[in-house]
Amino acid sequence: MSEITDKNDESSGISRRDLVKGLATVPVLGAFAFAFYRKRKHTRQLRNNILENISLSDDEPEINDQPLTGEKIRLGIIGFGIRGPQIAKAAGFLHPETVEAMKKDAAANSADTRYQEFIEQDDLNVEVTAVCDIFSVYARKASETCANIDRKGTDISFGDMPVIYNDYRDLIADKNVDAVIIATPDHWHAPMAIEAARAGKHIYCEKPMSWSVEETYELRKAIRETGVVFQLGHQGRQTEAYNKARELIDNNVIGSVNLIEVTTNRNTPNGAWVYPIHPEANPETIDWPMFIGQAPWHDFSLERFFRWRCWWDYSTGLSGDLLTHEYDAMNQILGLGIPDTAVSSGGIYHFKDGRTVPDVLHTVFEFDEYDLAMMYSATLANSKSRGKIIMGHDGYMEVSNSISVYADHNSTRYREKLDKGIIDPTIPILSYVPGRKSIDAVTSATEQYFAGRGLLYTYRGGKRVDTTHLHIREWLNCIRTGETPSCDIEQGFEEAITAHMGTMAYREGRKVKWDRENETII
Amino acid sequence: MAEKTNFSNIQLTLLVVLRVLIGWHFLYEGISKLVNPDWSSVAFLLDSKGFLSSFFYSLASNPDVLKVVDFLNIWGLILIGLGLILGLFSRISIIAGIGLLGMYYLSHPPMVGYSFSVPSEGSYLWVNKNLIEMAALAVLLVFPASMQIGFDRFIYKRK
Repeated sequence: MSEITDKNDESSGISRRDLVKGLATVPVLGAFAFAFYRKRKHTRQLRNNILENISLSDDEPEINDQPLTGEKIRLGIIGFGIRGPQIAKAAGFLHPETVEAMKKDAAANSADTRYQEFIEQDDLNVEVTAVCDIFSVYARKASETCANIDRKGTDISFGDMPVIYNDYRDLIADKNVDAVIIATPDHWHAPMAIEAARAGKHIYCEKPMSWSVEETYELRKAIRETGVVFQLGHQGRQTEAYNKARELIDNNVIGSVNLIEVTTNRNTPNGAWVYPIHPEANPETIDWPMFIGQAPWHDFSLERFFRWRCWWDYSTGLSGDLLTHEYDAMNQILGLGIPDTAVSSGGIYHFKDGRTVPDVLHTVFEFDEYDLAMMYSATLANSKSRGKIIMGHDGYMEVSNSISVYADHNSTRYREKLDKGIIDPTIPILSYVPGRKSIDAVTSATEQYFAGRGLLYTYRGGKRVDTTHLHIREWLNCIRTGETPSCDIEQGFEEAITAHMGTMAYREGRKVKWDRENETII
Repeated sequence: MAEKTNFSNIQLTLLVVLRVLIGWHFLYEGISKLVNPDWSSVAFLLDSKGFLSSFFYSLASNPDVLKVVDFLNIWGLILIGLGLILGLFSRISIIAGIGLLGMYYLSHPPMVGYSFSVPSEGSYLWVNKNLIEMAALAVLLVFPASMQIGFDRFIYKRK
């Protein structure tokens, strides 16, 4: 390599030639600063333009962190099939074998943080003193799960074993039970909740709130009269994005809402309620008459016991199981209340397995007071995600764990900005990604993609948020403070009546109406 | 390392232009992340595929490690960008830049069968722009124009 030697190199001084060459690229930084300033200004203008006349809070998502001090609340759990163990986990209890399996999964795959999350989940200061399931294997599993107070694997010694009751009435009567969690088939929700309320026990009841219309009134009456703290199990109430969606609606960002489209899109046996049948299940291990309860008598059937959601005799079908989640989300965001009318159609198109409930269902509710309709569209045999969409004259809002708001081509409110090209109807004008402090008018495409896949949500702050945990926690806090939970009996009443209207419209093939004055379905 | 290579004017100019352009790219990538309070590398890391993906997941799964990764990424990008534009400590800037780009490449290798959340603006097979930028930096490493155009001219002058 040849070297050139500058005359000036030999002296220690820096020549003008050195200065010019050494600093030659410095002006590039000036250009960069100018370009960056222009970019920021543009972004800020865009944001201000879009957010003009929209006041959005910068509130951090509310963290449910009231102290969990005071006396331990003593819980009784009724029903320990599928949802029961999930609720127990949200309350801090997992079966030692499940913990062991999670530990192994975590060791094999560092991306699997379920074990760590469970260990780090806040202690809710509760104990489970009694459990009840009419399938003895599940009852034993419930007891072992709730005795695992240290969240350990199979190398533990159990804490006090919760008492196992075969009859839920004995559990409710137990003096060592302050509050009950009901996670049984639908046709048992209201009778158990009414009995618990009359015994002065606080209630966390899985959705739907009731199986028949009549018991909906009875349960509301029992809760109102006894004043026990009632929480219906719509954990979606804890979803950050729904609260932010409400704020956006209040700010009229999509104009007057005229149509809501909500959907269920599933395509698995589990999703269609074809759950596995336990090998130890038989008439000896299952209290069959207790399962039947108020339902019409049917001879012992393992299918009916494990896949009860497929029969009207015990279930409320798509309307009670899945429409209720969608409706409750919209009721939370828009405060809809009970619809004025409902029409439904659908059928059993894919799962020809003897079920009586439809696997494809459409229900349309009209809300006269708000001049809007809500359409629920469900299939259990295709999983194309269709999301939840709220449509207004000025735009539409897509709500999931995140929110995207798009302006409408023909919006009145955004007309001028659309014409000037400030607003592009194909790009969200506002978006909200959980974990963020606030709704933003300018989100990068990359962030949009990640948000859509739930990636930002799941690990933000290093903690995955289990909404069921938050929902149980809220209920326990209300028991301690006497406040009203977010999905209380009044919200539950609206949910149950709405679901029943959809079901009746389908089963009776007619337009079902709500008589607001007399509070009756006609 | 203070030798000055005998470049023609056009060679020298284009080498400096290449260095400045890459520097600009690094600097803006860094600053755009710095000014976004919600930016985090977590989603990018969790989107990783390929034989090193479990390493990148592990960076994302620990919030403390993640904070360090985010900090190093932002300031790494900014300092490398400044270094390249100004020709300041360009050798170390170039090596660090190659290292950072290598991480991006390995976390999202454009191999057959992998698809990523981030939409790419072009079509890539084995070779993507990270790899090309790495190669360009490697060229700059062996043709160190900063000894002539850049702050390094002062720094290495006296040695």
